[in-house]
Amino acid sequence: MTAVLDSPADPSVERRRAVQEAARSSLRRRKLSSRIALGVCWAFLGIAIIPLIGVVVYVVAKGLPAWNLDFFTKSTTPEGIPGGGVWNAIAGTVVITTIAVVVTVPVGLLGGLFLAESDGRAAATLRFTADVMTGVPSITIGIFGYIAMVRNFGGASGIAGAFAIGFIMLPVILRAGETAFRGVPQSLNEAALALGARRATIARKVVVPTALPGVITGVLLAVARGMGETAPLLLTIGGNQYLQWNPTKQMEALPVLIYNNSSQPYADLVQVAWGAALLLVAAVLVLSIGSRLVAARLRKERR
Amino acid sequence: MAETPVPVGARRRRSLPDNGYRALLGAVAVLVAALAVWFVVAIVTQAWPAFTTLGFSWIFGKVWNPSHGRYGLLPFILGTLEATAIGVVLAVPIGLGTALALAYLVPRRLRTALSTTVELLAAVPSVVYGLWGLVVLAPVFRDTVEPFLTSAFGWTSLFNGPNQGVGLLLAGVILFIMILPTMVAISRDVLAVVPNEQVEGAMALGATRWQVLRKVVVPGARTGLLGAFTLATGRALGETVAVALVIGNSPYIAHSIKSPAATIPSLIVNNFGESSGTELAVLFAAGLVLLVIGIAVNSVARWLVWSTAGSSAGAGAR
Repeated sequence: MTAVLDSPADPSVERRRAVQEAARSSLRRRKLSSRIALGVCWAFLGIAIIPLIGVVVYVVAKGLPAWNLDFFTKSTTPEGIPGGGVWNAIAGTVVITTIAVVVTVPVGLLGGLFLAESDGRAAATLRFTADVMTGVPSITIGIFGYIAMVRNFGGASGIAGAFAIGFIMLPVILRAGETAFRGVPQSLNEAALALGARRATIARKVVVPTALPGVITGVLLAVARGMGETAPLLLTIGGNQYLQWNPTKQMEALPVLIYNNSSQPYADLVQVAWGAALLLVAAVLVLSIGSRLVAARLRKERR
Repeated sequence: MAETPVPVGARRRRSLPDNGYRALLGAVAVLVAALAVWFVVAIVTQAWPAFTTLGFSWIFGKVWNPSHGRYGLLPFILGTLEATAIGVVLAVPIGLGTALALAYLVPRRLRTALSTTVELLAAVPSVVYGLWGLVVLAPVFRDTVEPFLTSAFGWTSLFNGPNQGVGLLLAGVILFIMILPTMVAISRDVLAVVPNEQVEGAMALGATRWQVLRKVVVPGARTGLLGAFTLATGRALGETVAVALVIGNSPYIAHSIKSPAATIPSLIVNNFGESSGTELAVLFAAGLVLLVIGIAVNSVARWLVWSTAGSSAGAGAR
C-alpha cells in the first residue's frame, strides 16, 4: 500500500496531490478573504457606533452646563438678554403631547382591535392605509395640520400641533395594538366564548389585559416618536416666547425651540438649544427604556 | 360585501351590546380611513391652484424666484434625491456590515448591550442630529474633511468650490447617521432569524464564516433587508429639520457635492411663514411632489422584493 502511494510514477497519486494542494490553497484564499471581510464588518461597526455615541456625548457635555433653576422655571428671553429658560417650551410640549395621546390612544387601540378581530377586505384596506400613513413625510403632515386646523380654526394653536402629532402617532399605535392583540392565545378567546361571554366583554376582560405589555410598549414608543417631531409643529403651533397653558393659543415646544435657536448667531441661544436637546433626548430615552421595563415586568408577573 | 367574518356563535346571538361593540370598532376603522382620505383631499385641493395658474412645467423649471413668478422646483427635487442618495450610499454597506457584526460576530454578552443602544438611538429626535451637525460637524467639514476631499478627489470636479461646511455632503452625512440606527436595528433582527440549520449546514460543508454570511445569511434575509433599506430611504427623503439646518438652503442646482443646496422639505419649512397665494399653493404642490417621489421609491423597492423573491426561492431560502 505505502509502496504504491510512494511510487512517483503512479498518475492517481499525482492527481491526489494536485487536488490536495488546490484544496489547501483554496482554503487559504477563502480564510484570508473571510478575515478581510469580517474585519471590514468590524470596522463598519466602529464607524457606525462612533458618531452615534458622539451625538449623545456632545448633547450631554454641552447640554448639562445649560441646566440650572432658571432653565426649568423661566420662559425664553430675546437674544442678548441673559438668563431665561425653556419653561414655556416644556409646557407646550407637555400639553401638545398629552392632547395627542389622550385622543389617539383610544382611537388607535380600538382600530387595532378591529384589525386583530377581522380578516376581510376592510381590515386589509385599513392595514394598508396605516402602513402608508406611517411612511408619509412629517412635513406633509404639517401641511395637512395647517390646512385642516390652522386655516379653519382661527390660526396657529397648540391644538393644531396636537392634531398633526396625533396623526403621526395614530398608525404606530394602531399597528402596535394589532400586534399585541393578535398575540393573545386563541384558547383564551375560545374559553371565554364557551363561557358565553360577549365579544365586548372578552375584549375588555381578556384581550386587552393579556395584551397590556405590548400595548403599553407601543404607546410609549409612539409618544417618544411624537414628542421629538419638529416639522409638523413648525407649521402649526406658531411659537410663543411666553408661558402659555391654553392649547387654543399659540404655543412653544422643545423641538421647535431647538430648531430655531440652533441656527442663531448668539452663543447663549445655542447654549439654550443644547440644554433643550438634552432634556428632549433624556425624556425620549426614559420613555423608550421605560417601555421595555414595563413590558418585561408585566411579562414576568404573568408567568 | 366587504363584511368582516364574525364567529358563528356571536352572529347568531344577536345580542345588542355585541352589535354595539362591532359597530364601535367599525366606526373607528371608518374614522381612521376617513382621516387618511381627508389628508389626501386637503393637500390636493389646496395645491390645485398652483397647477391651474402655472400648469405643470414649473415642476421641472430650474429657477426659483417667487418675486418674479418663477417657481422652478427642479433644484429642490435634485437636492432631495442627491442628499438622500449620499445618505443611503453610506448607510447601506455600513448598516449591513454593522448588522452582520451585531448578529453574528460580536461576543454574546456585548451583543445585547450594543443592540439595545442602537435601538434606543433610533428614538433620538432628528432635530438633535441637525443641531449636532450644524454646531459640531460643520466646522470639522469646513476645516478638515472638505479640504482633504478636494485635494484627494478634486480632479473629478465633484468636489469644486469653496469649503463652507454646510451643503449637500454634510446633509447626506447627517442623514446617514440619522437613518443608521433604524436600518441596523431592523437588519439585525431579520439577519438573526435566518434558520440555524442553514448556517450550520453551510459550516459543515467547509464554508468560512464570511462565506456563510454572504451566501446563506444575507440571501436568506434579502426581503427583510430590502424592507429595512426602503424604510430608511423613506425617512431620508422626508426628513425636514435635520437637513434644513445643515444643507445651506440655496435654491440653485448644486454643481459640486460641497455646494449648499435645498430639498423639498427644507424649501417648505423655510418659506412657509412668508408665503401666501400662489406661492403657498406651490409649496403645497411641492409637498405633493414629495409624496409622489416617496411612493415611486416605495414602488421600486416593492418591485425589487417581488422580482428577487423568485430567485431566492431557487436558492432554497426556506
